[in-house]
Amino acid sequence: MFSNAKLNEKIAFALLKVATGLVVAFVLVILYYIIYNGYSAINLEFITDMPRNRMTEGGIYPAIMGTTYLIIGSMAVALPLGILSAIYLTEYAQPGRTTWAIEMAINNLAGTPSVVFGLFGLAMFVKYLGFGPSIISASLTLALLILPVIIRASQEALLTVPKEYREASLALGVTKWETIRRVVLPAAIPGMVTGAILSIGRVAGETAPILLTGAAYFLPRLPDSVYSQFMALPYHLYVLATSGTNIAQTRPIQYGTALILLTIVLCVNLVAVSVRSHYRSKMRR
Amino acid sequence: MPDNFANGTEIEVTNLNLWYGENHALHDISINIPKNSVTAFIGPSGCGKSTFLRCLNRMNDLITSCRTEGNVGINGQAIYTKDVDVVDLRKRVGMVFQKPNPFPMSIYDNVAYGPRIHGAKKNAIDGIVEDALKAGALWGEVSDRLNSPALDLSGGQQQRLCIARTLAVKPEVILFDEPCSALDPISTSKIEDLILELKKNYTIVIVTHNMQQAARISDYTAFFLLGDLIEFGKTEQIFESPKEKATEDYITGRFG
Repeated sequence: MFSNAKLNEKIAFALLKVATGLVVAFVLVILYYIIYNGYSAINLEFITDMPRNRMTEGGIYPAIMGTTYLIIGSMAVALPLGILSAIYLTEYAQPGRTTWAIEMAINNLAGTPSVVFGLFGLAMFVKYLGFGPSIISASLTLALLILPVIIRASQEALLTVPKEYREASLALGVTKWETIRRVVLPAAIPGMVTGAILSIGRVAGETAPILLTGAAYFLPRLPDSVYSQFMALPYHLYVLATSGTNIAQTRPIQYGTALILLTIVLCVNLVAVSVRSHYRSKMRR
Repeated sequence: MPDNFANGTEIEVTNLNLWYGENHALHDISINIPKNSVTAFIGPSGCGKSTFLRCLNRMNDLITSCRTEGNVGINGQAIYTKDVDVVDLRKRVGMVFQKPNPFPMSIYDNVAYGPRIHGAKKNAIDGIVEDALKAGALWGEVSDRLNSPALDLSGGQQQRLCIARTLAVKPEVILFDEPCSALDPISTSKIEDLILELKKNYTIVIVTHNMQQAARISDYTAFFLLGDLIEFGKTEQIFESPKEKATEDYITGRFG
């Protein structure tokens, strides 16, 4: 009996270890594969130059900038909107049918395929509101796509703020809104930033929604306003790999593009992580 | 029931009933609480003493299923009428909780929190913080590290910080909800001394599980059982010659 339990313990532990190891291994393999194949394409010209010679030479500067604009644009819309609705839902809304319906809508939004968001963005922003295929249409579409992630993460973050903080503040004759602003939100920011981190990866990587709302096949210049079309890294990658003018010849450029995409996501995440740890350490004071 | 107090009456409660949904938790409570004295609420767990305490600053409003009927007056002003500003009421009636709950900020910012939001002048805040920490018997221990995190203090110090934070808002009444139940005996005795000091300037109401504590620090004691106020009187009288059988049983330790 006793040795059996011990054996089971060993087997369970080994399985857990193998599962974790596999996950790490996949990540490392992908990273290695991309870095190994992509690093030769990386140089200053690659990240600062326009694509040349029917995208078989030159750099991917417009795609890098396009993806950056999308990250900035969609976060600028989705973060405030998501955080404000999370505050409303968590702190103010009374449980009931309406709140339940809203929560269900958010869940469904989270499960909607991104191409559907793309179609919606095409109908709503590109056509109906007349923004045309543009940075603003694509950013708004991506903002909708990540809204549920941000709302959920913000709600979770708000719920983890101890009830004692709220009570202490309210008992001092402080209004609910001031309590939220001065005590609850600062304590919830690290969790909210986690939601933002997850969304940045999504915004940088999504292809279907931007394909329908403004990403250009090829554009040898930077967009000159939010109403311009743009190039973006994931779509550029797709174009080079499937319908480029010379797929085999541009292989290194494809891996280089993937590597740059990964690097951008990593850099933005690092910034977000440092914001988070800054607030965490500030919380102690 | 006593209502002729040397310092006058601070809180008047008449026929207060409270429900949590269908559960009738407080039955027809009527009590007068004296000014500048310590009044203790005792009784077994679930008797409604904390619930009643939270009626006095309307903290129960935060519970959606909670409903009250009856009148509560603080210093002659009814607090359950429609025109009452709950936020204002809570400035007048401060509360210290069971578990020390300082904000995750510096010691200074914890005390300055209330006055800042209530619009104290910037150059007055240093003075308010110092006075409150002195009145909270914490100044001597923290005056050289006001900017260090409040959460680094010991449990007892945290509780005195919470008291100082309440004092900084300049309330008339301070409600203590089992303030020592999470503290060691030495911290407890410091808080008890502090409460005795504070009653000179404030009306104190304290819920406690600890009958010795009630006997040590309170002038008046109210005994609650299953949502009823069984007996209220001078603390000596309640402990030495209780009128009700249930009070005597509880005090002599036959249940609780």
